[in-house]
Amino acid sequence: MSKTNSNPLVRWIDHRLPVFTFLDHELHEYPTPRNLNYWWNFGSLAGIVLVIMIVTGIMLAMQYTAHVDYAFESVERIMRDVNYGWLLRYIHMNGASFFFIVVYIHIFRGLYYGSYKAPRELLWILGVVILLVMMATAFMGYVLPWGQMSFWGAKVITNLFSAIPGIGESIVIWLWGGFTVDNPTLNRFFSLHYLLPFILVAIVVLHLVALHRFGSNNPLGIDAKGPQDKIPFHPYYTIKDAFGLGVFFLFFAWVVFFYPNFFGEPDNYIPANPLSTPAHIVPEWYFLPFYAILRSIPSKLGGVIAMFGAIAILFIVPWLDRSPVRSGKFRSWGFKILFWLLFVDCIILGVVGANPPEGSWLTVGRLATAWYFLHFLLFLPLLSVYEKPKPLPHSISEPVLKGGGSPAGALSQPMEKA
Amino acid sequence: MADGAHTAGADDGETRRDFLLLTTVAMGAVGVGSVAWPIIDSMNPSAEVLALASTEVDLSPMSEGQRITVTWRGNPVFIDYRTEEQIEEARGVDIETLRDPELDQDRVQEAKWLIIIGVCTHLGCVPLGQKVGDPRGDFGGWFCPCHGSHYDTSGRIRKGPAPLNLPVPPYAMSDGKVLIG
Repeated sequence: MSKTNSNPLVRWIDHRLPVFTFLDHELHEYPTPRNLNYWWNFGSLAGIVLVIMIVTGIMLAMQYTAHVDYAFESVERIMRDVNYGWLLRYIHMNGASFFFIVVYIHIFRGLYYGSYKAPRELLWILGVVILLVMMATAFMGYVLPWGQMSFWGAKVITNLFSAIPGIGESIVIWLWGGFTVDNPTLNRFFSLHYLLPFILVAIVVLHLVALHRFGSNNPLGIDAKGPQDKIPFHPYYTIKDAFGLGVFFLFFAWVVFFYPNFFGEPDNYIPANPLSTPAHIVPEWYFLPFYAILRSIPSKLGGVIAMFGAIAILFIVPWLDRSPVRSGKFRSWGFKILFWLLFVDCIILGVVGANPPEGSWLTVGRLATAWYFLHFLLFLPLLSVYEKPKPLPHSISEPVLKGGGSPAGALSQPMEKA
Repeated sequence: MADGAHTAGADDGETRRDFLLLTTVAMGAVGVGSVAWPIIDSMNPSAEVLALASTEVDLSPMSEGQRITVTWRGNPVFIDYRTEEQIEEARGVDIETLRDPELDQDRVQEAKWLIIIGVCTHLGCVPLGQKVGDPRGDFGGWFCPCHGSHYDTSGRIRKGPAPLNLPVPPYAMSDGKVLIG
């Protein structure tokens, strides 16, 4: 497109700085498997939510005061006095929840369709890094309104580091810049909360570079055999992503405008009080499964290790799953059962995390924690060695067109011209 | 963007494709616009800033020839209890010779009380002349030290780069008090 672009200015620029060729190559003609289903929408969706978070976050930062005496009131001022401040804050606040919903779906899609397998291991690992940075960003953002949950969440989570033997205490004092969570802590959290999203953008760019190296995986999990198996990204997937985005915005707007505090905790509308812990403190919902894992281990250091291990284990999933078959579609019923049990297990862990760590909740939490780790460390590796996968189709276009690749090739001719 | 649509629509009538494309783009533009406005508007003065928009000053302690500075919307407002000579000087000028022609009578509600916003109309510095011993410029009013604008005893620009007279804020006087804003 760019080389033949009718606009002489575009051609002049592109000859010297080939940005138009680049965009054309990566967003327009970029060959994409023709069989992607709607589970493949969540990657671009996550990218758009990140942009929404950065835009609303920059606007909020213009109104927010990072000081223990003013933070809470500056947030209330945003809600009451700043023009559309309530809208910006509700979008930002719920955007965090929706970011995690989208990313968790994206991760489970990868787990089901084997998107982490060769040659996409680094793509997957970068994705896990994105998850970690997102979690840190979300945690620090939650501290900024300086409500009761902000304060005690910050205190509990930073105290996790005190579990490190020997140097733990010093590390926590270093993190706080004092002897408890206080003004220095709030200031550095604000600074980092502003920085990390841009780091996130940089990692997302790497994630995309790795993605475009071999292109998207697909529901069949097999490599494209030729041009008949692929279609240009634009208009086919731009329109599919745009449609998915519209559906996403319906849900998002529904929550933002009608139930803006659905994901929040009422206690966070009480100003932080360093002398009184709320009776029942819980993290934001997206941390609950990890919080449940933390609490189910009856040892401080052990709990912290298990919690971080629950995320770290994702890094090595490409090597834990030995099966050469990517898509869960062609794997044994055992794989499908294990996949859905893992999903249910994460939900159970979430429910356990929302409840007090006593009685049967503790037992359920421990069983669910055990299952989580057994899934990755025992069941998945064993299954992948012993299961007998179903036969794979010869090409992406074959199951669709039954008769083989040639009609698809003929069809794709005009598309490649465009 | 339209390439795919045009290729596909070439044979079976372009109008349907074009209609869908145009309505989609139009809806997208409406959507983007409707979120762009709240984002832009959030940077406009907020409700509590607008709520600070009036200042009341008691003028009874002031004596003739005295100038005081009060704050209105965060800016200095000069209140000048003018002497007879200063009033005469301000009214004796041929306004045809002024850069921003305005009668002194139009700039005051009561001749002795000159109330003006003390922000130079050049680039926003606060002119000198409020304190005893300050330079008052060539016309006995105010002198802006930043770029050398001279204002007369009616706060009108007489010399220097500023284009306009020092503006008069909206105010109301009653019982020896003035309510600015």
